[in-house]
Amino acid sequence: MNVQTIVGLEIHVQLATRTKLFCGCKLGFGDPPNSNVCPVCLGLPGTLPVMNRTAYEYAVRTALALHCQIARFTKWDRKGYYYPDLPKNYQISQYDLPLSFDGHLEIPLEDGSAKTIRILRAHLEEDAGKNLHEGLDHSRVDLNRTGTPLLEIVTQPDLSDPAECRILAEQLQRLVQYLGVSEANMQEGHMRFEPNINLHITDDDGAEYRTPICEVKNLNSFRALERSVAYEQWRQKQQWQRDHAYTQENHGKQNRGWNDDRGETVFQRAKEEAHDYRYFPEPDLVPIEMDDAWLAEIQASVCELPLARQRRFIEHYGLSAYDAGVLTAARSTAEFFDEAVAARGPAKRVANLITQQGLKIANERGCAVGQIGISAARIGQLAQLIEDGTINASAAAAVFDTMLTDQRDPETIAREHRLIQQSDAAALAVVLAEVLAAHPQAVADVKAGGKKTKKARGFLLGQVMQKTGGQANPQIVNTLLDESLQ
Amino acid sequence: MSEKLTAEQVRHVAKLARLACTDEEIAEFTEQLAAILQYVGQLEQVDTADVEPLAHCLPVHNVFRRDEVRPSLTNDQALANAPQRDGEFFAVPKVLDDASA
Repeated sequence: MNVQTIVGLEIHVQLATRTKLFCGCKLGFGDPPNSNVCPVCLGLPGTLPVMNRTAYEYAVRTALALHCQIARFTKWDRKGYYYPDLPKNYQISQYDLPLSFDGHLEIPLEDGSAKTIRILRAHLEEDAGKNLHEGLDHSRVDLNRTGTPLLEIVTQPDLSDPAECRILAEQLQRLVQYLGVSEANMQEGHMRFEPNINLHITDDDGAEYRTPICEVKNLNSFRALERSVAYEQWRQKQQWQRDHAYTQENHGKQNRGWNDDRGETVFQRAKEEAHDYRYFPEPDLVPIEMDDAWLAEIQASVCELPLARQRRFIEHYGLSAYDAGVLTAARSTAEFFDEAVAARGPAKRVANLITQQGLKIANERGCAVGQIGISAARIGQLAQLIEDGTINASAAAAVFDTMLTDQRDPETIAREHRLIQQSDAAALAVVLAEVLAAHPQAVADVKAGGKKTKKARGFLLGQVMQKTGGQANPQIVNTLLDESLQ
Repeated sequence: MSEKLTAEQVRHVAKLARLACTDEEIAEFTEQLAAILQYVGQLEQVDTADVEPLAHCLPVHNVFRRDEVRPSLTNDQALANAPQRDGEFFAVPKVLDDASA
């Protein structure tokens, strides 16, 4: 028996505009209920929506980064359904002429390979408000979120396991954050996922089956996305094994909800009960035409994309895949790294300083690495000092800590704290000679070879370090030791 | 409009619009809507083979506003016309969460 999992993903991304899609109300999180509303987003009669230009440009910028075709002509459509969180009784969306289509996104898989996921379309639409049902005999409605610009991205069914779904979602989060089009803050619900899952099963006598496509609604975390797809894989296979007539032909599509506490999906409704949205062109909004000049302007706002940057860090700077991943997780970190390297900081040293110290402090303080108090140029200088042997790694760590509050250059700080490494071979040779004369037993142990050699060598090196106040360059002392004890 | 509108279709549309209609009303609206559809259906006699579909009736495109915050209503203003309110919220009959888009 062969079982293939087929998943397509719909993702809603909240755009980081200041105002709503069709009115000037502020986009705020956690504001008092029904305080960011106006006659337009309340759906009052006699009002007219007016398109937010920035929202449209953010949408096109994202679509370009997803390698989509950009429509030269798009329009708006009304998607009709009745629900208290939708005061107009229709959602303004895009139906047959989305602003972009036919793109792709490359995702890195866990085995180190890459996979291309095709993008069917990406279009703009407005969000609905919020209903609160808990513990009341009525429902409460807050319309602050109504009219928030959402970019809906729809993939082709190219995903084939739960991890791929999660990776695609994570890549998309990093992408929209890089592009500056969304904060993609999961806690504030800026990204919502709806996977469509079914199984293609070929049993041992060659018969083929397709289980019903199940759409899991409104997932708001990477973990819930991955778990719900895994659950559906398991559930659909179980159900088919009990009853081979559990197929798409017999049952059609169904919607399911995710219960995070129980870790399972719950049946919501079958296709027959699904909405008939009665789309039609929105008469209150005029179409949009995209000309070459405007498209070029938006194209110029697309930055180097995260995966390309990660590859450049690996190929050009010889960083490990892990370090490159850490450095490109946030655009601000990647740019800080690039800036430090541009200030003539050796790449690997810079990478170590940022990943081992800079990001640790930034995470503790909840800020970007560029905001911890040390400029990228200073990081570059510090990395240079390590590279040329002026200071060693542990001294660099101490200098780094001082630099958080001390704006002077790292060499001055190192000098003041007596952290400059002693690399003068002639001077070190004098110290070494004294040490060797004072410890004939250790010298004999090294020369004898065998078990005690290593320990005795370490002892002699330690004595030199002690005599120089920890400032001797251990590499040079080691070389001198080799020469003296041969 | 060669096929005649059925009472079943009218019932379906009424349900989608959350309208409760009596059988008499359904019969009445079926007739009225059928007449409207027949009237509009005359347009199908026009040969539109070489006519571009029209997305909007105005010869205008790209009407935008800048992404600048404008004052919203106060909470009391926003709720002034609400048939029912609960503090800062609109209050509506309890709904089961079966219709989020």
